Amino acid sequence: MGVEKTYSEINAKIKAGHAVVVTAEELIALVEEKGLSKAAQEVDVVTTGTFAPMCSSGAFLSFGHTTPRMKMQKVWLNGVSAYAGIAAVDAYIGAAEIQEDDPLNSNYPGEFRYGGGHVIQDLVARKPVKLKAVAYGTDCYPRRNLETTISLDDINEAILFNPRNAYQNYNCAVNLTDRVIYTYMGMLKPHMENANFSTSGELSPLLKDPHFKTIGVGTKIFLGGGVGYVAWNGTQHFPSMIDVDGKELGSSGGTLAVTGDLKQMSPRWLVGTSYLGYGATLSVGIGVPIPILNEEIARYAAKRDDELFAPVVDYGAAYPSFTPGNLGYVSYAELKSGKIRVNGKEITTAPLSSMPRAREIASTLKDWIQKGEFLLTEPVKTLPSPSDGIVAHSIKEA
Amino acid sequence: MSPKRIVLRFGTDISVKPIVYRLVKDYDLVVNIVKADVNPQKEGTMILEVTGDQSEEGLNYLRNLGVSVQDLKQEIVRNEEKCVMCGACTGLCPTGALYMERPSMEVRFDGDQCIVCRLCTKVCPMRAMEVHL
Repeated sequence: MGVEKTYSEINAKIKAGHAVVVTAEELIALVEEKGLSKAAQEVDVVTTGTFAPMCSSGAFLSFGHTTPRMKMQKVWLNGVSAYAGIAAVDAYIGAAEIQEDDPLNSNYPGEFRYGGGHVIQDLVARKPVKLKAVAYGTDCYPRRNLETTISLDDINEAILFNPRNAYQNYNCAVNLTDRVIYTYMGMLKPHMENANFSTSGELSPLLKDPHFKTIGVGTKIFLGGGVGYVAWNGTQHFPSMIDVDGKELGSSGGTLAVTGDLKQMSPRWLVGTSYLGYGATLSVGIGVPIPILNEEIARYAAKRDDELFAPVVDYGAAYPSFTPGNLGYVSYAELKSGKIRVNGKEITTAPLSSMPRAREIASTLKDWIQKGEFLLTEPVKTLPSPSDGIVAHSIKEA
Repeated sequence: MSPKRIVLRFGTDISVKPIVYRLVKDYDLVVNIVKADVNPQKEGTMILEVTGDQSEEGLNYLRNLGVSVQDLKQEIVRNEEKCVMCGACTGLCPTGALYMERPSMEVRFDGDQCIVCRLCTKVCPMRAMEVHL
């Protein structure tokens, strides 16, 4: 008989200080040593981690009222526009928004040195941030202009809310054209001279629970150095299993919407990020605990880099023109080795996702759980899985 | 012998002359052109790595031609606070000065291999690579 555990049994062990918690990398070593069944029996929780640019990130900020009151219509933080079309003194600062006087790509390739992600990092680092707001004035909210300096501790609420994070898997990007291109996957040299990829592979949260058996609405996670929660599935959540000639090459397409109190997070794990020629964003640290409820969950959590694959995609022509298909699949073991082979050509690879930081997240989360400070939550709603067969739509033009 | 890294600046009269050829042929120097640029006014700048017993003689030849010769004082420094060790730089650094240690996947920087091309200062997503003058 295989092992079956419940959330409450695992939480009881965490509270008693008896839970066996390992990182995904440690689980892999344990399975190799003792076999899957034994490892699944022994281990209660597996921790995962990822640290990479995640454009769909941002924060709701509620500034507090001015005297006289003001219904902020347009808001800027350090010159970066925040969306104020919500309530009187609330705004949402998006990670990909750029400072208003930035030359963008008119001075190609643009540097995009400061954007919404940098504002979020400055806020969480407790640096002073310039707040500018304008309004049209109403009887109840008469004030029309405001220029002041705020800090994270001065304002009432700061809620990180990232609609699409922790991408399950991602393309390995190459460039088949004969010119250098600048993309959100970094600078890509012509004729496939380099290849960039961006997940932490065998440590990456959603690669380790491909059928969303444990990660769902309400799952408590490591977010930005603090505690956060899965709020919903992320946007563009199209989970699937990559199946090539009947062989399962891992999973793809899942995403998470995550949220948490920005005030308890850290600038080490929310880092303003700039891509030459592309734009600004925020690098986010996320770690998700996976309870080992049974052997099947353990089997997926123990997938190794050589069992997880990414599609190789041409960002020179195929990606921008939305042409389906790819140049084949490469394993994360190959990607992490520094060389892959595509169409007979050997290509240098580089990650955009930090493995040392992913490892630090997984081991920090492990510490929190082992110390009994972090209990697991059972999802209040599961997320769509590959078996739900969600189909992505594209925009129809008449 | 480690190469001497120098910056040459020259006027319109010299930009048409084969000065690097002379360094190689007459002074038997091993020359690596790190960077070369001629502006629209035909004034030139060149960063060279020069190795050879007669390097001082070769540089004197350039000075006599009216070329300004200066040691390359710029260096690229990694801001350890800002670097998150993602590795984006490692696929682009032309000399392998920025490289990835395996299996830890930690990014290392070997300043001795750096030729100050400055590519990393632009492609680093955290702008952790800085030029010090």
